[in-house]
Amino acid sequence: MQYKSQAVAKLYFIAAIGLFAGQILFGLTLGLQYVMGDFLFPEIPFNVARMVHTNLLIVWLLFGFMGGAYYMIPEEAETELASPKLALAMFWIFLVAGAATVLGYLLVPYATLAEMTGNGLLETMGREFLEQPLPTKLGIVVVALAFLFNITLTVLKGKKTAISIVLLIGLWGLAVFFLFSFYNPTNIVIDKFFWWWTVHLWVEGVWELILGSFLAFVLIKTTGVDREVIEKWLYVIVTLTLITGIIGTGHHYYWIGTPEYWQWWGSIFSALEPIPFFAMTVFAFTMVNRRRREHPNKAAVLWALGTGVMAFLGAGVWGFLHTLAPVNYYTHGTQITAAHGHMAFYGAYVMVVLMMISYAMPIMRGRAANSNKSQVLEMWSFWLMTVAIVFITLFLTAAGILQVWLQRASDTPLSFMDAQDKIAIFYWMREWTGVVFLIGLLAYIISFFIGGKEEQTA
Amino acid sequence: MSGAFTKSMARNIFYGGTVFFFLLFLALSFDTHSQLPKRDMRADITPQVAEGKKLWEVNNCIGCHTLMGEGAYFAPELGNVYKRRGPDFIKAWIAAQPTKEPGRRKMPDFNFSDEQLDAIVAFLKYVDSINDANWPPNDEG
Repeated sequence: MQYKSQAVAKLYFIAAIGLFAGQILFGLTLGLQYVMGDFLFPEIPFNVARMVHTNLLIVWLLFGFMGGAYYMIPEEAETELASPKLALAMFWIFLVAGAATVLGYLLVPYATLAEMTGNGLLETMGREFLEQPLPTKLGIVVVALAFLFNITLTVLKGKKTAISIVLLIGLWGLAVFFLFSFYNPTNIVIDKFFWWWTVHLWVEGVWELILGSFLAFVLIKTTGVDREVIEKWLYVIVTLTLITGIIGTGHHYYWIGTPEYWQWWGSIFSALEPIPFFAMTVFAFTMVNRRRREHPNKAAVLWALGTGVMAFLGAGVWGFLHTLAPVNYYTHGTQITAAHGHMAFYGAYVMVVLMMISYAMPIMRGRAANSNKSQVLEMWSFWLMTVAIVFITLFLTAAGILQVWLQRASDTPLSFMDAQDKIAIFYWMREWTGVVFLIGLLAYIISFFIGGKEEQTA
Repeated sequence: MSGAFTKSMARNIFYGGTVFFFLLFLALSFDTHSQLPKRDMRADITPQVAEGKKLWEVNNCIGCHTLMGEGAYFAPELGNVYKRRGPDFIKAWIAAQPTKEPGRRKMPDFNFSDEQLDAIVAFLKYVDSINDANWPPNDEG
């Protein structure tokens, strides 16, 4: 570790992995409720478990982004973090706020939680992914601002590399677009319109900048390829991301009361959204092929290549599958969307955070890379989780195609619940594959505790 | 990716392209908002509809259902449920939850008053009237 203050990242990474495990347990609960409708009812109804599943995902990815930034920025700026103490304080505030929110979801009915937390003052709750009570939302803003202040100051007093600048734009964008979560007009069309300014402009916009920046950083470190080359690639990739992704928001404006011209804008621009992801795949493989050194951390390189491929498949290919308006007319709001969501989030954001952890954690623990034994187990966990998510996606896609056929395309359409009963087999297969994912995650966690002869060559 | 095409050119294209397409997005958004009054039936948003939307939110209905295709995919689409089932069925159905049928997906009992049920129905009726480009493809949602 080149700078002492980078060590604050460790806590963020540990919390991220812990919450990740929680997310998967609730995911398995949801999967079971799909086929055993009364499982854990009425203690944990589906909507509560889903809120916990998706909110934990968002929170642990944010922990991962913050941890990654705290690790990376001092090294890029070539100076200590502006305030490691602030980073530490924000960690505990965010963790306590997150835990309290999840407990709130689980322990009291949502309507009571809304009443207790002052939703009447400013009604922001009860919208997908933005279910957090007002105090939590305000807490997120405080933590985000303190975090941004901290790393922006660090960059300002140090070297300003392209990798840092792209990360900063991504993170500032994340904070700015979150502000739309406070805007909830009574008119549901306008509500939905701006809800996407948080949700879409996060995951198909500024988060991709964070992804690209992390990927570029780890590729520089592990391959030794010239920074000029890597940063040029980074600029090209994030350019492609934003010129396709911003207007690509239009693919959410087909059927929510917005004008029909969005069917054209959304289809054309979002059909181009796979291009930046494909560029990312080519980028990762080209850089690794052109490597000037053999980095001992093979697991980190595997995650870097993996995120390139899986982000392209999950976000790019599975997104394209249902993004054209005439197709989306039939697939909108079906299991096809769920299939895409799972592989896209895993491929783009889960894997890039795990890549960052994989690269940084051994260094923070005083070695260039983990022992061979530990890395072998970590690579097993990579394959178990990745293959599991591919099959989860395939099963949900099959379920979605059948759902569209039975419920929407057929001359004698079935009701929603009747169609669901007919495709239950795919939900069962998804659930068992989810168990494989959990085994992979357990292997991943165990890999941190495996010692053996340490790889010392840096 | 080498030779004449330099990093600073790439950076300039990034800033220029981003600003251009963001401004284009703002322009389209502005135009959308000028067209919305013809499509979103805002004259029909009564205090009762607003109350229904609030109930929809604070009970996290979107955590299981979809509304105009957005939400969770665990329970039926409700953007067109007013047309599919009618007001009386909707009220009776919500009041009868949870069903006793073992293994069936369960909807909690939210203990709504009759007045609240009417507000929810008013909200769902309003949503059904929004011009959403003829979605969903059929009444089953």
